Amino acid sequence: MKPSLSLILFTVSSGAGFGLFVLLVVINNTGWGAPMSEREVLVAGALSLALVTGGLISSTFHLANPKNAIKSLNRIRTSWLSREGLFSLVFFLPAIAYLVLVGLYGNPPGAVVRFSGWLALILALTTLFCTGMIYASLKTIRQWHNPMVPANYLFIGLASGGVLLTTIRSLITASDSAAATLTLALLALAALVKLIYYFWIGKPEGPTLNSATGLGPERVKLLDVGHSHGNFLTEEFGHRLAAGRSFLLRTLALVMAFLVPFAVLVVVANRDAPQALTLLALVAALSGILIERWLFLIEGHHAVNLYYGRQRT
Amino acid sequence: MRLGLMIDVDNCVGCHACAVACKSWNTGGTTGPLTDLMPYGGEPSGVWFNRIRHYEVGEYPHSQTVNFPMSCLHCENADCVTVCPTGASWKREEDGIVLVDQDKCMGCNLCAWACPYGARELDPSSGTMKKCTLCIDRIYDQNLPENERQPACVIVCPTHARLFGDYDDPQSDVSRLARERGGYSMMPELGYQPTNQYLPPRTANRVDTTDVERPARGLGERLKNWVNQIVAR
Repeated sequence: MKPSLSLILFTVSSGAGFGLFVLLVVINNTGWGAPMSEREVLVAGALSLALVTGGLISSTFHLANPKNAIKSLNRIRTSWLSREGLFSLVFFLPAIAYLVLVGLYGNPPGAVVRFSGWLALILALTTLFCTGMIYASLKTIRQWHNPMVPANYLFIGLASGGVLLTTIRSLITASDSAAATLTLALLALAALVKLIYYFWIGKPEGPTLNSATGLGPERVKLLDVGHSHGNFLTEEFGHRLAAGRSFLLRTLALVMAFLVPFAVLVVVANRDAPQALTLLALVAALSGILIERWLFLIEGHHAVNLYYGRQRT
Repeated sequence: MRLGLMIDVDNCVGCHACAVACKSWNTGGTTGPLTDLMPYGGEPSGVWFNRIRHYEVGEYPHSQTVNFPMSCLHCENADCVTVCPTGASWKREEDGIVLVDQDKCMGCNLCAWACPYGARELDPSSGTMKKCTLCIDRIYDQNLPENERQPACVIVCPTHARLFGDYDDPQSDVSRLARERGGYSMMPELGYQPTNQYLPPRTANRVDTTDVERPARGLGERLKNWVNQIVAR
């Protein structure tokens, strides 16, 4: 599949934004670890909303006819894309209410404010799940039609949000063991989900050129595609990773996205290391997740490629 | 009613007349124009509802060339409709034709991603998704003579490799041929239940090639073969 930059930026940015808000609410509502200052809540909350908004704006660049984007809320009952759009927009109501109320009445939050936070948390998690389901619902791409995909989007969103929150806390006040512990657990879980995912998609299965054409069990070979240059189908679906690059890039993504942030956060938590090191974890995590998302898109092999001569997906 | 096409792969000669007739009719039709990109440039491409690809089945010398036209199969379980967030993509209840409302489409490509048959193509000039309409603006047109109320691709086909009919009617030509000649659907394992059926190529008798494949005998024949290889035509 074509690794569109607009989609990569959208899912990475809004994923981190939703994850950040979820962790902010968990830490601040439960009062786990060092209590958060009002300023910390507002900075983290504003950054989260900015990331989500930026992601949503980036997603409109993927549309060929964005003037109809508002119509994308029309099919909540069947379309995961519609659901994602709705939940991501509704999320803004309790999220903004939470931040405004914390700004007005200070921290720690009262019962009503906390409720608003939990509501935003549920909507953020639901949106992350919907994003994953957009890909997982496509039977045409076996690498995406996989239960690990929504889990992958959820945990990577949460883990990147965790790295963000830990960084914000370490820069504004001091290191907070609660946020760091939670982030370490999420990074480990996200890495585990990704490893299981890579293991699962390695199994050769799915339709073949024989089942795609129905021309019997004998070898079917493409002679001619009927046009001299590319078309929409080859442009959109024909992108494929060069042979032999997969292992290297997957390793790079896993190391950058999970291993480096994990190691840095452990060092920052246990030693007398400078707090600003968490910035390194943040940069590594975000660039690793960008590579991971790019790989996820380009390693999705659409069934249409069979008609263009691939023997299997 | 369940309207659809029947493609007789055995009859198709791969002339691309159906694709040209389709483009010619539909570029002025309800979802037209079917934009061409750089038609006279170095890399011509454009929107087509119907594409013909060519395959070789089996190993030489017992291989067969198969011409394989593909357009929208108007599936019973059309995922392109369920994934559409705007409701632009829809399937008509009365005859099962899958259409795209050009006024609602936002060009997100998700329906094309959900289609395993490559039936949908984005038109970058309008920013909307375009696809086969089964010539809905022909088949119901009361002003046309009755024998012309058929899709343009079906009328033009010189070898009658394309048929149009109602698969819900067991007496229709398409239902009868599907029964008699083993009509099949493509990629049944994905569960889209395409309406359009394909008729498989008839198996031809194998031509005896034992005399061709035997190694050369004697010096004279080997010399002849060597000369044949050296001398360009």
